[in-house]
Amino acid sequence: MPTKKIMKKITIHLEKIITDPFIIRGIIAGIAVALVSGLVGCFVVWRRLSYYGESIAHSSLLGAGIGILLGIGINFGVVFVCLIFGILFLWLQQSKSLSSDTLLGVIAHFALAIGIIVISFNKIKIDLHAFLFGDILTVSSADILGMYIGVIIAITLILSNWSSLVLVTLDEDLAKSEGINPLYVNVLLTTIMTIVVALSLQIIGLLLITAMLIIPAATARRLVNSPEAMVIVSTVIGIFSVIFGIYLSVEMDLPSGPSIVVVGSILFFLSHMFGIFLKKE
Amino acid sequence: MNSLISATDVNVSKSGKTILKDVSIQINKNDFITIIGPNGAGKSMLLKCIMGFYQPNSGIIKRKPNLKLGYMPQNLDIIKTIPIKVQKFITLKKKFDKISLQKVILETQIENILDKQLTILSGGEMQRVLLARSLLNNPDVLILDEPAQNLDVSGQMHFYKLLQKIYSKRELSILMVSHDLHLVMVSTKQVICLSNHICCCGQPQQIANDPEFLSMFGKDMAEVMAVYQHANKENYEKNNNSLGENHH
Repeated sequence: MPTKKIMKKITIHLEKIITDPFIIRGIIAGIAVALVSGLVGCFVVWRRLSYYGESIAHSSLLGAGIGILLGIGINFGVVFVCLIFGILFLWLQQSKSLSSDTLLGVIAHFALAIGIIVISFNKIKIDLHAFLFGDILTVSSADILGMYIGVIIAITLILSNWSSLVLVTLDEDLAKSEGINPLYVNVLLTTIMTIVVALSLQIIGLLLITAMLIIPAATARRLVNSPEAMVIVSTVIGIFSVIFGIYLSVEMDLPSGPSIVVVGSILFFLSHMFGIFLKKE
Repeated sequence: MNSLISATDVNVSKSGKTILKDVSIQINKNDFITIIGPNGAGKSMLLKCIMGFYQPNSGIIKRKPNLKLGYMPQNLDIIKTIPIKVQKFITLKKKFDKISLQKVILETQIENILDKQLTILSGGEMQRVLLARSLLNNPDVLILDEPAQNLDVSGQMHFYKLLQKIYSKRELSILMVSHDLHLVMVSTKQVICLSNHICCCGQPQQIANDPEFLSMFGKDMAEVMAVYQHANKENYEKNNNSLGENHH
């Protein structure tokens, strides 16, 4: 029977994958990314912060370089530098003389350029390709531990400030009238986005981090009618994209980040069509 | 201290430009104060100072201890991108009890749209939802910033009628920024004309004849106001809810 043969083939195939420690580590790390990016991505979509996220991601290369130069490790370097730039962007956004996307464009690309110069120093041996596109083979067990600590911090911070975050998103003055300080909330969100960028760098790669923030949330948007449901659905979509994307990347020898993003994007188009279909009914 | 809120000699300037100059205002129990003035006159800034969102450069703002404020913005910053139902939005981050919620829902006539998404509300529905949210904590002072700006004429009338009804039934004071002076004439007890400083203030009838007001809004506006005052006053005594009908 041909079906039996196929089933056997699939079983052997899956066995090969789940016993490969590299792939398992990649998937576990990828799920960590999906857990936070689904949650934070909703705020990025609601508040139209995608360019802001992109700018933070751009400064991560400089962080990686500095982390290696100072010997404090890539992750700490990234969190440290991204946080400084994130706060700088926040501060610059208050200025009214130039529009914020112009300011972000200038500073973000300045950070990127400096970052490329720093990592091109002879002392630093970095695989630029892995940084730009993500490489699951670089994930170690220690990385995974660090990632899940980041995940727990980020999720705890968001959930304990949940209704304040949603209200500031809807209207800053309304939030002020309930005694919420929007600046505090914005700094909080910047901190969490920084954590997400640092987490995603190895798996997704610098160039596509924003995609991981936006695509699952945008996919979920059409399917839900409450903020909480959007977070849950976007997280599930993110996890699925990560698992299936890493599977594809291993199977066809593709870079992991782009594979994950392609899977997510296909889901986005499907949900878009499904949404139109729902509305017609 | 008798007044609920008092602001004395408030000065605000931003990057060299004077926004508020020596503005003093008092809100007492059961007041209904309407602030009018041209664009850029500092009306919204005055509200922000009074609510404590903005620290003025100088001046004293006193609020009665434990004073409950309700604030209704003109519109929301973001409504299209976030999925949220009306009921959830009204109660988000609010302290309230079930009875007050039920009361507010009936008062603002939103019982039929509680399960609707915020994104698909009409202009009038949205204003009623914002009003409901601002009333949920049973405020002593209700502060409204151009609440009917985005509505058409009949929507505006409907909204002000509703506001008048709520004002007459509840123990609250209202401070409102509004350009629709002819529509709020009946309810307003005091008008403050603001153009970075207070040009004139007083009862609507007095204001209409004030030279400062005439120079700011022109004679036509004053005449329109006078006509409305007159017509409304007569009708108002006969029928409490006649504001919508005497529009000709």
